[in-house]
Amino acid sequence: MAAVRAILRSDLTDLTVVSYGGPDVGLLCAAGKVRKAVYGFVTLDSIPTDPHFRAARQAGAIECMELDEGMFYLGLMAASQRVPFLPTRAGLGSDVMVVNPSLRTVVSPYDDGEELVAVPALRLDAALVHVNRADAKGSGQILGPDPFFDDLFLGAADRRFMTTERIVETDHFASEGPLQSLCISRLLTDGVIETEGGAHFTACVPDYSRDEAFQKEYVAAAGDPEAWTAFTERFLSVDEPTYQVAVGQAAVERKARIAAEKAAVGAAGPGENR
Amino acid sequence: MSTPPPDVEGSGGSGVTRAEYCAVACAEVFRGDGEVMASAFGTAPALGARLARLTFAPDLVLTDGDAALVAGVPALGVDPSTLLLESHMPYRKVFDTVWSGRRNLIMMASQIDRTGDQNISAIGDWARPKVQLVGVRGAPGNTVNHPTSYWVPNHSTRSFVEQVDVVSGVGYARAEAAGPAATRFHEIRLVISNLGVFDFETPDHLMRLRSVHPGVTVDEIVGATGFELAIPDEVAETRQPTPEELELLRTVLDPRGLREREIRS
Repeated sequence: MAAVRAILRSDLTDLTVVSYGGPDVGLLCAAGKVRKAVYGFVTLDSIPTDPHFRAARQAGAIECMELDEGMFYLGLMAASQRVPFLPTRAGLGSDVMVVNPSLRTVVSPYDDGEELVAVPALRLDAALVHVNRADAKGSGQILGPDPFFDDLFLGAADRRFMTTERIVETDHFASEGPLQSLCISRLLTDGVIETEGGAHFTACVPDYSRDEAFQKEYVAAAGDPEAWTAFTERFLSVDEPTYQVAVGQAAVERKARIAAEKAAVGAAGPGENR
Repeated sequence: MSTPPPDVEGSGGSGVTRAEYCAVACAEVFRGDGEVMASAFGTAPALGARLARLTFAPDLVLTDGDAALVAGVPALGVDPSTLLLESHMPYRKVFDTVWSGRRNLIMMASQIDRTGDQNISAIGDWARPKVQLVGVRGAPGNTVNHPTSYWVPNHSTRSFVEQVDVVSGVGYARAEAAGPAATRFHEIRLVISNLGVFDFETPDHLMRLRSVHPGVTVDEIVGATGFELAIPDEVAETRQPTPEELELLRTVLDPRGLREREIRS
């Protein structure tokens, strides 16, 4: 997300965004950076849909390639393996084949003769991933329970960048997690950048979970142009260190607001709650 | 018209609530399953899978909703960090499981039609939707790889429609048209709504009323359905939970009564 915020502040535009996806897609849509989105879903998880993505779709403002999420996985894998496509049943009979007229099927050359979806390779110009720990040479460590698809995004891309909570010495990895947590090899990365809190407001477990309160504010602000301007000025027009400070201040203000509300309810006495 | 159960307010009395009928109906989706991964979205489906596991489907494999399979049968709403885990099931291994067919799933449906097509992508024209929903997610792949059922907690002519706007989950007619690779592992097993249970056990695989939840009439269901349902001469009532099942639902699986918030009696 720190890299996404950097893109928001840059003059990059006309992007094709390939994401599973989350608020990264919404933020880029809000900033008018997106020409085309490739996705299996766009969700905030605890809130079903991203408000900016929803608005962009409903305005017909962006071109889209909507895939089954397993097809998305195979598209990255095909790109990573340098083959033009990978076959699957996923997509057969669904409107994924209708709304993406460029998708083709392939007939098995073996005796079964099954006709399957040929998921095209999703080749990327650049990949941006975020991990818990990395060393300066570009090996990455994922300490959460799910490694997701970071290695495939990197494998599918020409230029590969990894942001990390903390750059450590290589000999530090073993004290943080088992060998299988070292799931990004330096074969897959061209650059590594330390940016603490870089996944905010999404999760980077076990370092931190999703900032639900901030996400709610993001959604509320998105629904009101004036509030969105204020949100943009405070959080998105500033550099990353300033963003992180602003997020901290916003949390303090929120706590104070909740405490004040509680005090007011207490003063009103029981039965007056809400 | 069937007699409504007595004392349907809350879950503390002896009467069975609508939410409890729904949970038991969802459990039936897993009857006869051996060692397959149960995935269940929504409160009644989550309860149903757990109930099946504790009673008639003891080999069912449950997930923690994150990246693991759980050894026990957790109550709804428990802190995930307290669960005993038995295996790693990160996102990409879910696809291995889906594509191997070792899964039985209850998804939700924003729209469903008489052929079993389901929509969670968008309402209106996909190119410029009236309402953008979450996207097709895994519905296309799920439906052509393993049994899939649907949970619709708000049965109405807006959810049970003549034809869904964006075919996300694939129904019988669309699978048939796509050919043998699509039909080979395709099965839309049941549709459970807050009003009744539906299947596709007709010669042409069009949706049929399988049972009405006690307290609901056939006319009510017909009026809330936007297409012509197949209706057998004798319509059964959704079965009663056994005393053991009720006890498990109320004291073990959902002591906080979350089910009553999803479906109010």
